Amino acid sequence: MRPLQPNHGLPPAQGLYDPAHEHDACGVGFVVQMKGVKSHKIVRSGLEILVNLTHRGACGCDPLTGDGAGILVQMPHDFLVPTAAESGITLPALGSYGAGLVFLPRAGAERQHCEARFAAIVAEEGQTLLGWRDLPTDNRDIGRNAKDVEPYVRQVFIARGPATAAEDFEWKLYVVRKRLEIEIRDSALSQKKYLHFPSLSSRVMVYKGLLLADQVERYFSDLTDERFVSALALVHQRYSTNTFPTWDLAHPFRFLAHNGEINTLRGNVNWMHARESMLAHPVYGPDLKKVCPILTPGGSDSMTFDNALELLVLTGRSLPEAMSMLIPEPWAGHESMPDDQKAYYEYKACLIEPWDGPASMAFTDGTIMGAVLDRNGLRPSRFWITQDDFVIMASEAGVLDIPPEEVVRKGRLRPGRMFLVDTAAGRIIRDDEIKQGLAAKHPYRQWLNENQLTLDKLPKIAGINGQLGEPILNLQRAFGYTLEDLRIIMRPMGTDAYEALGSMGDDTPLAVLSDRPQLLYNYFKQLFAQVTNPPLDAIREEIITSMITTIGSEGNLLDETPEQCRLLRLDAPVITNHELAQIKQLNHDRLRSKVLSMLFPRAEGAAGLQRRLDELRREASAAIAAGFTILILSDRGVNEDLVPIPALLATSAVHHHLIREETRTRCGLVIETGEAREVHHFALLTGYGAGAVNPYLAFATLGEMLKQRFIPEQFTYEKLCQNFVKAAVKGVLKVMSKMGISTQQSYRGAQIFEAVGLSAPFIEEYFLRTPSRIEGIGLAEVAQESLRLHEHAYPSTQVPSNLDLDVGGRYQWRRKGEAHVFNPEVVSKLQHAAQLNSREEFKKFCSEIDTQQTRLLTLRGLLEFKPGRAPVPLSEVESAAEIVKRFATGAMSYGSISKEAHETLAIAMNRIGGKSNTGEGGEDPRRYTLDPNGDDRNSAIKQVASGRFGVTSLYLVHAKELQIKMAQGAKPGEGGQLPGHKVDREIGRIRHSTPGVGLISPPPHHDIYSIEDLAQLIHDLKNSNRDARISVKLVAEVGVGTVAAGVAKGKSDVVLISGYDGGTGASPQTSIKHAGLPWELGLAETHQVLVLNDLRGRIVVQTDGQLRTPKDIAIATMLGAEEWGIATGALVVMGCIMMRVCHLNTCPVGIATQDPVLRQKFAGQAEHVINYFFMVAEGLREIMAELGFRTVNEMVGRVDLLDTRRAIEHWKAKGLDFSRILKKPVVPEYVRTYCCEPQDHGIERSLDVTRLLDLCRPALENQTPVVVELPIRNINRTVGTILCSEVTKRYGGKGFEKDDTIQLNFRGTAGQSIMAFGVHGVTCRVEGDVNDYCGKGLSGGRIIVYPPKSSPFKAEENIIAGNVVLYGATAGEVYLSGIAGERFCVRNSGATAVVEGIGDHGCEYMTGGRAIILGETGRNFAAGMSGGLAYVLDESDAFRRLVNPEMVDLVELEPADCEIVRKFVRRHVEFTGSAKGQYVLDHWNRLQEKFVKVFPRDYKRALAEMKKEADMNTDQPEPELQGVGRG
Amino acid sequence: MGEPTGFLKFERLHYEKDAPAERLKHHKEFLHPFPLAVLKTEGARCMDCGVPFCHTGCPLGNIIPDWNDLVYRDHWHEALDRLHGTNNFPEFTGRVCPAPCESACVLGINEDPVAIKSIEMSIADRGFEEGWILPEPPEKRTGKKVAVVGAGPAGLAAAQQLNRAGHRVTLFERADRPGGLLMYGIPDFKLEKWKVLRRVEQMTAEGVEFRCNAHIGVNVPTAELVQNYDAILLTGGATQGRDLPIPGRELQGVHFAMEFLPQQNKRNQGDTIADEVAILAQDKHVVVIGGGDTGSDCVGTSNRQGCASLVQFELMPMPPDVGKYPRASERPANSPWPHWPIILRTSESHEEGADRHWSILTKEFRGNAAGEVESLLTVEIEWTKDAHGRQAFKEVEGTEKVWPCGLALLAMGFLGPERHGPIEDLKLELDPRGNVKCNAQYQTSVANVFAAGDMRRGQSLVVWAIHEGREAARAVDKHLMGITHLPSVNAGDFAAR
Repeated sequence: MRPLQPNHGLPPAQGLYDPAHEHDACGVGFVVQMKGVKSHKIVRSGLEILVNLTHRGACGCDPLTGDGAGILVQMPHDFLVPTAAESGITLPALGSYGAGLVFLPRAGAERQHCEARFAAIVAEEGQTLLGWRDLPTDNRDIGRNAKDVEPYVRQVFIARGPATAAEDFEWKLYVVRKRLEIEIRDSALSQKKYLHFPSLSSRVMVYKGLLLADQVERYFSDLTDERFVSALALVHQRYSTNTFPTWDLAHPFRFLAHNGEINTLRGNVNWMHARESMLAHPVYGPDLKKVCPILTPGGSDSMTFDNALELLVLTGRSLPEAMSMLIPEPWAGHESMPDDQKAYYEYKACLIEPWDGPASMAFTDGTIMGAVLDRNGLRPSRFWITQDDFVIMASEAGVLDIPPEEVVRKGRLRPGRMFLVDTAAGRIIRDDEIKQGLAAKHPYRQWLNENQLTLDKLPKIAGINGQLGEPILNLQRAFGYTLEDLRIIMRPMGTDAYEALGSMGDDTPLAVLSDRPQLLYNYFKQLFAQVTNPPLDAIREEIITSMITTIGSEGNLLDETPEQCRLLRLDAPVITNHELAQIKQLNHDRLRSKVLSMLFPRAEGAAGLQRRLDELRREASAAIAAGFTILILSDRGVNEDLVPIPALLATSAVHHHLIREETRTRCGLVIETGEAREVHHFALLTGYGAGAVNPYLAFATLGEMLKQRFIPEQFTYEKLCQNFVKAAVKGVLKVMSKMGISTQQSYRGAQIFEAVGLSAPFIEEYFLRTPSRIEGIGLAEVAQESLRLHEHAYPSTQVPSNLDLDVGGRYQWRRKGEAHVFNPEVVSKLQHAAQLNSREEFKKFCSEIDTQQTRLLTLRGLLEFKPGRAPVPLSEVESAAEIVKRFATGAMSYGSISKEAHETLAIAMNRIGGKSNTGEGGEDPRRYTLDPNGDDRNSAIKQVASGRFGVTSLYLVHAKELQIKMAQGAKPGEGGQLPGHKVDREIGRIRHSTPGVGLISPPPHHDIYSIEDLAQLIHDLKNSNRDARISVKLVAEVGVGTVAAGVAKGKSDVVLISGYDGGTGASPQTSIKHAGLPWELGLAETHQVLVLNDLRGRIVVQTDGQLRTPKDIAIATMLGAEEWGIATGALVVMGCIMMRVCHLNTCPVGIATQDPVLRQKFAGQAEHVINYFFMVAEGLREIMAELGFRTVNEMVGRVDLLDTRRAIEHWKAKGLDFSRILKKPVVPEYVRTYCCEPQDHGIERSLDVTRLLDLCRPALENQTPVVVELPIRNINRTVGTILCSEVTKRYGGKGFEKDDTIQLNFRGTAGQSIMAFGVHGVTCRVEGDVNDYCGKGLSGGRIIVYPPKSSPFKAEENIIAGNVVLYGATAGEVYLSGIAGERFCVRNSGATAVVEGIGDHGCEYMTGGRAIILGETGRNFAAGMSGGLAYVLDESDAFRRLVNPEMVDLVELEPADCEIVRKFVRRHVEFTGSAKGQYVLDHWNRLQEKFVKVFPRDYKRALAEMKKEADMNTDQPEPELQGVGRG
Repeated sequence: MGEPTGFLKFERLHYEKDAPAERLKHHKEFLHPFPLAVLKTEGARCMDCGVPFCHTGCPLGNIIPDWNDLVYRDHWHEALDRLHGTNNFPEFTGRVCPAPCESACVLGINEDPVAIKSIEMSIADRGFEEGWILPEPPEKRTGKKVAVVGAGPAGLAAAQQLNRAGHRVTLFERADRPGGLLMYGIPDFKLEKWKVLRRVEQMTAEGVEFRCNAHIGVNVPTAELVQNYDAILLTGGATQGRDLPIPGRELQGVHFAMEFLPQQNKRNQGDTIADEVAILAQDKHVVVIGGGDTGSDCVGTSNRQGCASLVQFELMPMPPDVGKYPRASERPANSPWPHWPIILRTSESHEEGADRHWSILTKEFRGNAAGEVESLLTVEIEWTKDAHGRQAFKEVEGTEKVWPCGLALLAMGFLGPERHGPIEDLKLELDPRGNVKCNAQYQTSVANVFAAGDMRRGQSLVVWAIHEGREAARAVDKHLMGITHLPSVNAGDFAAR
């Protein structure tokens, strides 16, 4: 197959594709001989690990081209000496020369130029070029794509110059390399992108390339030479979201290999750049200018991180120290960290912000080999130590086949902790020892005490009055306050300290399309994590977050002095008037503040804004030069003549100006603004550089509301302000966590936003590197918006005196307010059309929406069809009956909507062959039986979301499509929540949860922290139901196309791109309005990127989000979707009138409610739904006929027949440019543009298909017991799942009648997801260990894991299972004789587990079942646990501190509990031979008291209620809460 | 809406009224306003809809959910401010509006809708009782002069808005009292006239000049207005009654409703009507022809005057009788929720006694020798659709009937503005329906001359008239100043240029 991009590397940005959004993730591993004994075996083992991690990588359209793989080893001196000699090079002693692989341009002249320049630079830097070696490479095996861009690979040797000290040699090599890189990057060479140094060092050597794991050693025959020895090997297998061939992005880099993603990269890059001018070094000082920019422009996140690490290490910091600065532990909220270590981190936080994101980093300098996990442990890492001092670490267990008796220890990396093997010292250095050593280096606490300032250390200021100087109404109007802001946004923040919820998505126009004056904030959309990195759970996993922020002047990053922490530390970035007053008075030596005005004269109009911004920037520079370190940008003083500059504009303008000037780190920015009042505002201000924000008018407004009794008198003004700050800060934390960012310091300036409707020059000037893809307004229009508001506040003519604040109308429709697509007219027309099945009425409905002549509502409203093809007769167009099969309804759970509404949708969609969706709430198995009239209430699409409610084997086998919800339009990056009052007995039963208890789905899927995890879940689900399509639901945002490409490579059959504006679920207002993008952008980008990668042909693209009319569907098709979802429209035809109170359970038409009285009001009919879908399909046919399409498939992606509507007069919209949306990728003809080929899921190669199904046939066919004995490897993934799905298909959800009908006995290390969705009657034993996701979704059956009898270690002290055991299990039993990883039993709702120790976040979100833990737990135990029970043996009395007490009580065991615990421990001993279990039984009387019962309070209440109910009604059988009874 | 589940807890309130026998003794209002505390529960029934259909049902765009909530929370003054923000005269609409808001109320889909109109009236009444409603004269005068012609609801609203925007407004009224139909159309038992005069007083204090008995084109030359004012806004109503040109029309005792009703209003004001022109129903067999609101007013007034008998005819068929607040599922197909339902409506006047007949056509008035009407002849009709799908009727053979009739009142609607006066004098263009033709800025075909209200849009409701007056005022203000801050229900509150 021909490459699509003949040029090297990623294609340039085009259409909506931008290479900046590429992601990767991967498998990482190392092997090291602890005593430093070098051998070729180490190298061999490294390569073997690589091959066994193959499933963590991916390949694209070309099966022989991998995404990259490589190996880092110690300088193979013994091998190099003779081989270099063959090239005529005589190597000096090890350490006296540097060497490395170099990727060079293929064109001879360009290569020679590079080499010549290199030689010159080496000489200039006082070193000696020894020569080049043409090392043998064999590219016969590699794929065409890789081969087409294969660089010229050479090895270079440099001898240390006579004037260079041994300890400075690495620095010199660094300078040489950087100089050449920078020079060639800035050159005009056509193949300059080829130049790359995998490494250039005197200590280590990297071999890497665009290779598959097993191609590495064949490509580099050096690696197979017996003389090629090392004591350590670091390997990496990459999984990229694209198929574009790039050799340089393969890992390892010079110091590390990374599995993960840096979410805060944009901010980190900006800050590093800003720091460059402050860099100083006593020895290397003169060289520093030569190596800037420190960070390679356009590098991947891992490469950029490597750049930063390299600087820190080469300028004198140890590797562990440098790593701990860039990826610090979550120290701020740590309950047990020693104070000197907290001080260490706190001090370091004054030097550099964390590089935040999921990470498993393995690093080495050739002597030490280490690894660190991010603060939340979002990547798996397991290690083994063998008798002969080999230490093996990898993303999963079992990557090397080592006889069990040789393994002396099995462990795992823990969140935020470091793992270090020092080959010089010949031992493992424990995390606490490392950290103690680092913390002891300087008296950090003393430094902080003496230098760092907090506001409470400053004098109180008397007489802060809230005086505004102007009538409050004028100011509120000038800043665009509306009645809604007060009532819907601010009042709840003030009284409840929470942000208000809303429902039913957003149908108001984008800011750039709105006629009303818009705040600049509204032009920005929040980005969020999906797939390639996980969002955080800022509520349940709060321990890892921190809102602390420091402001002031940073020092020299390369230095460490007490003065460098002379900063002001704030607990949060939103500050009160008093706190601001304190800051204004600061006048210490390094902490001096100055106020700069953010006002411009009205009389000067737009030009005045421009002038004042320029002036403001100059004033900022001058203030810094004068030694001020805190700049307070203030818009106090608005009056008749002075207009406030949008605070965001002023902030970012100054921020970027100072970055350009490289003075940004010399000051902190504090924003005093009347404008900021909602979470999104605070997020943006900090996201574009503000250290703190004082919303003085918001406070004054709350005071005014109190005075006017709009807020009950029980509140004081102080309390309201306090609550408001709390709500704002919590809200910002939530926005951060959506992107997976846990600390405010890294969020500040990270620009995690996309602009919609701002012009490129405007962005370039004020919001540099913020994506903005459809152009739009500039400074003049921004000024107009401000001036309009100012005119509103200070009218130039006489106005009636009784005018109020503007109505707003953004949240609830108002005649005078913002436009909504679903206005009363539209809703009623649609309802009438569907009820009457009237095409005529339907056309009226469509024209209300489609002809946006006067009010622009949507991006697609600005598009029109471009005739050009001959029309075809309507009769020749694909029939409506066929077209309706392409429709789906939205993912609305039974629970969020009523049974009646949910089933009506299912019946309607099943009748027409479309697809309804369960949503995240399970499904009543009774719906799997047809109704007497033949109607089918079984939802075709079964959703699998993060809460995994009701996701059982039975549920899965009844699906036509399994949809993995990565994000939802209403609140991408957030979890769901079903309030307790909606969880009645019935819903509790179906969701396996406790009635009356609110249910929260976590923001991330706890089995998807990366793209390879998603591939694994896709694989698991495909195994659970081989007949179902697998679909992945994403939400539109910049870069979604790249993610979709990753999803396609992960073998998803369908990808759904949802618009931000759709979504029926309850969600915080900030998320409904400000997160995500319209589907037009996301869909167009997805289609373009999939086509560019030649992946489009093997994946169906579906889209949804406020689709309503045939024109919407036609445009969606032409932008690239062949299937479509309509949710809100379907609800409306069932009677929904957009109350937007779905979260209150008060839906007056019986749709979004569980109240039995209200449910009776449901009047929806399947016929109406069917009428609607058919009318849409008929309308689409008419458009197809007119445009000359006979089939939908022909129409997919035909953007060439779309045009921007002419004569757009709108003063803002006229600046929009849709050319990037309407860009058709230029690709060869064979590239398919719609889905026409199935994915290869590799199911036939699974252990289940190749062996188990055959072996177990007697059991499957007639329940005859079967025992299977087999070895197992980590590459055997999802073992048992297909087998169990066959059991379910034959015998239903209850599985086999008898226990142990099938016994699977394995020896070895099982791959991920063993026995996922297992069922009763199947017992799986593993003698050895298991990887992540063991027993995921277990629906019955038994998993027993114990160490090999020959293992020399104590089982209870070693790791036996990976992370996320029993995620979402609903029944069954698990016995683990050893320790399991993080998030044990997360969202378990019915299974019973016995284990001997676990990691952090144990029993998180559990709603049922039991966990019996006979050893230590990690931190944050029982977070969000609302049901089920845990029994923890707490021998060391450490447990209490580790529990998250928010929802659970810790109580003593009652006799009944003792019975249960003993019963299961006895079984544990029986099944696993556990020594720990036996010990517990032997010492029961003593240990009984050491057990703690973890009892969720909600659960206790529900049990009591149910008991009371049962007592009153004694005829009923004993009540039993779901999920506890079994076992 | 203060209480999210209020609609489940509380039933709709219904006014208590004087018993018909009791209220027929006088011409005063007879509804018993709700105690304020009780209204709180009605406010609580409001569901605070995401899409408040009531708010679109109301031509003024009254922000109904907001003031429902304010009433619920006992913030009456703020409720009044919010109400005044969209409606100059809520005490009028709170009494005489047919309340399309209520028929669009979302709760009305499956329950009795919120008693929006009652709440509106109580807010306004309370405002007057508490002395919150004060003159609001402008701080600055613009120096511009505007003549508003016709002091009905449209003219009043426009004048108040324009005056508040700082213009000098003169309101010309041909009658002896201002108020238009509010004064001389609507009977006192629906709206007592001192309430109209109370507003006139407020507006006078704000600086509006009222000139009654000033009939433009009759006793005040149109040219004078053109000369002396920067803008003229015509709000003269649609006062040409639809006639019934059948045999006997000329007989004594056959009158337009609008000849009959004003007389009683004058009497109620203490005026005397000369016997020779007096039209009285007392002891007569009264036939009201026309089944609309005016007809209903004739019914109530005739009953109060002591008529001997009363029948009311309507040409159209009887609409379905599905109760006062039909559920969405009970509504006729031609007027589904949230539209104004075409259903049988029984007004308070009907409750007081009326024999109503539908699908009936009056063929002939018959008189005595004195030329007085004595009876009339009717025939029943059948409605069908003609070839073009238009409604048509035909007489049903053998259904002729003669009714005794001493007073026949014609209440069959209006045919647009009277031509005599400004229309002819200024040669204003008319639209096909005979109304004054305006562009979207309420501007007539003549520069500086604007029109609004029934004169522009044809006969309609008081609430529409106020709407027209407000919107036209904004247009005039913008025309005069180049910018306006007067609010508009459609264009919003932001200044328009």
